[in-house]
Amino acid sequence: MAEAALSSVAKPAAQGDSREKVLRRFELGDQAFHVLTKTCAIAVLLLLGGVIFSLIHGSIPALQKFGFGFLTSQAWNPVTENFGAAPAIYGTLVTSIIALAIAVPLGLGIAVFLTELCPYTLRRPIGIAVELLAGIPSIIYGIWGMFILAPFLQEHVQPAIIATFANVPLLNQLFSGPPYGIGIATAGLILSIMILPLISSISRDVFETVPTVLKESAFGIGCTRWEVIRNIVAPYTGVGLVGGIMLALGRALGETMAVTFVIGNAHKIAPSILGPGTTISATIANEFTEADGAIYTSSLITLGLLLFIITFIVLSISRLLLMRIESQGAR
Amino acid sequence: MSALQAARKTRSAVAMGLCVASAGVGLIALAFILAALFWNGFSGLNLKVFTEMTPPPGSSGGLLNAIVGSLIMTFFGVLIGAPLGMFAGTYMAEYGRNSKLTTVVRFINDILLSAPSIVIGLFVYEITVVQMGHFSAIAGSIALALLVVPVVVRTTEDMLNLVPGSLREAATALGMPRSLVIRHVAYKAARAGLITGLLLAVARVSGETAPLLFTALNNQFWSTKLDAPMASLPVVIFQFALSPYKEWQALAWAGALIITLAVLTLSITARVLGAQRTSK
Repeated sequence: MAEAALSSVAKPAAQGDSREKVLRRFELGDQAFHVLTKTCAIAVLLLLGGVIFSLIHGSIPALQKFGFGFLTSQAWNPVTENFGAAPAIYGTLVTSIIALAIAVPLGLGIAVFLTELCPYTLRRPIGIAVELLAGIPSIIYGIWGMFILAPFLQEHVQPAIIATFANVPLLNQLFSGPPYGIGIATAGLILSIMILPLISSISRDVFETVPTVLKESAFGIGCTRWEVIRNIVAPYTGVGLVGGIMLALGRALGETMAVTFVIGNAHKIAPSILGPGTTISATIANEFTEADGAIYTSSLITLGLLLFIITFIVLSISRLLLMRIESQGAR
Repeated sequence: MSALQAARKTRSAVAMGLCVASAGVGLIALAFILAALFWNGFSGLNLKVFTEMTPPPGSSGGLLNAIVGSLIMTFFGVLIGAPLGMFAGTYMAEYGRNSKLTTVVRFINDILLSAPSIVIGLFVYEITVVQMGHFSAIAGSIALALLVVPVVVRTTEDMLNLVPGSLREAATALGMPRSLVIRHVAYKAARAGLITGLLLAVARVSGETAPLLFTALNNQFWSTKLDAPMASLPVVIFQFALSPYKEWQALAWAGALIITLAVLTLSITARVLGAQRTSK
């Protein structure tokens, strides 16, 4: 033991060396880790750049052939290799608008219910259930729509709608034709059910940023519950609500599987929303693996590029608005 | 005066009634979907689903190759995507908390988080399938990895931001280098949160269909080769549900039930883990 103690004292120089070595190793490891994490952060940026670049690269042949006429053309003929994006863009926008028209009022209602009306013991369970439903894969909504909702609409709902509006001008155009079951309206309905949990949970979170003191003081001067929501909660959370709705719109625009099953895949713009149509994502999902020929594939990639540009703009606006409400909440 | 008061009260009651009604309608619609899923799913579910391969049209069989294919591609997707996302999130929370790069990456990441997955599929098709000349499980895994990254980046950054700065200061005062502070103190303090993020990422990708359609394609037979097309549960559901055969449709429902149960289990586990962390 004594010898061991002696020997360790006898090598002070060696010990100093190893200390230096260890320190240098730490320094190197430190720098390596810093560089590694920074590289990964930059890789996320490159990812987005790569997506945009590859989509543009893939769409060059179609854009060279059709030019900007691609956006307005209604043609979709694989045999003559003549393609246009108008029906798909139209279908994407109309299904998303239908989805928002149904899901926004319902979602806001659910959020108000959860923050203002629901008994305390039920708030957490219902809130959690809504959040869990937001995570269910969209293909589930799709097959439910195809097997259950579409036949139900075809037999019971659509004939009644067509008969009701048969003699009303304008509306009889909107709701005309045979009841297919599948079609633009059905796809919009499925989308609305799919984005409902998302809208509800975001609006609930946004509503909860309102300081209780503000609401209490409004109640204190005799406001009814509706007046508090209308005049205190709504103005305070307006920006965040719009952000949440835009986020849901982004989801609805890009949603593929919930729509593909029930849209009918028809490349035409029909005045009736009950008829079959198509969306950008449904077209890509249905036709991409079967597409032969450079122009066909390139046209589908161009559709993907359009979808990406549209959702990018919508999601950017949504993110900027939600960032504003977050900084408000931190204040 | 009292007439006005009565009108205000009525208006409030009507508005609140509408809110309750919308909650009822929304919850009932979602309950209908779950009920139909469980009803049809359980009636299509039997032992053969887990032991046999996907059948040819018109005969019975199982989903074994699709289930295994989904597991393999999800595993490799997470294996590629999770470290990338975790390191990126680490940079944002630890090294560059207030830097411009972090702000930009966070913004882009949030957009990628909600970007249409079918576009990610097109991107992966361009960079792998076109280069390799054929569809493959590798391409599918990369597509899933790209969907894992934004989820993991987001949760890693959020969770590391919750770790108290005094913990890091204490470790640094003991002479620990920065990278060790991060790996041995910050990661450990945020461990439950990081695992939650990972589980959420797995839940997110396990139901993804669109990006697999033209990367991994599909395969009717047993295959574990990574450079060949591979079956996956969502794609098989997609194909079988659209078919006219009763046996295939029953299998599609059974597969849908399996996916939903898996996703629900993952997200509930993630939630329980997250709750433990906050209650501590």
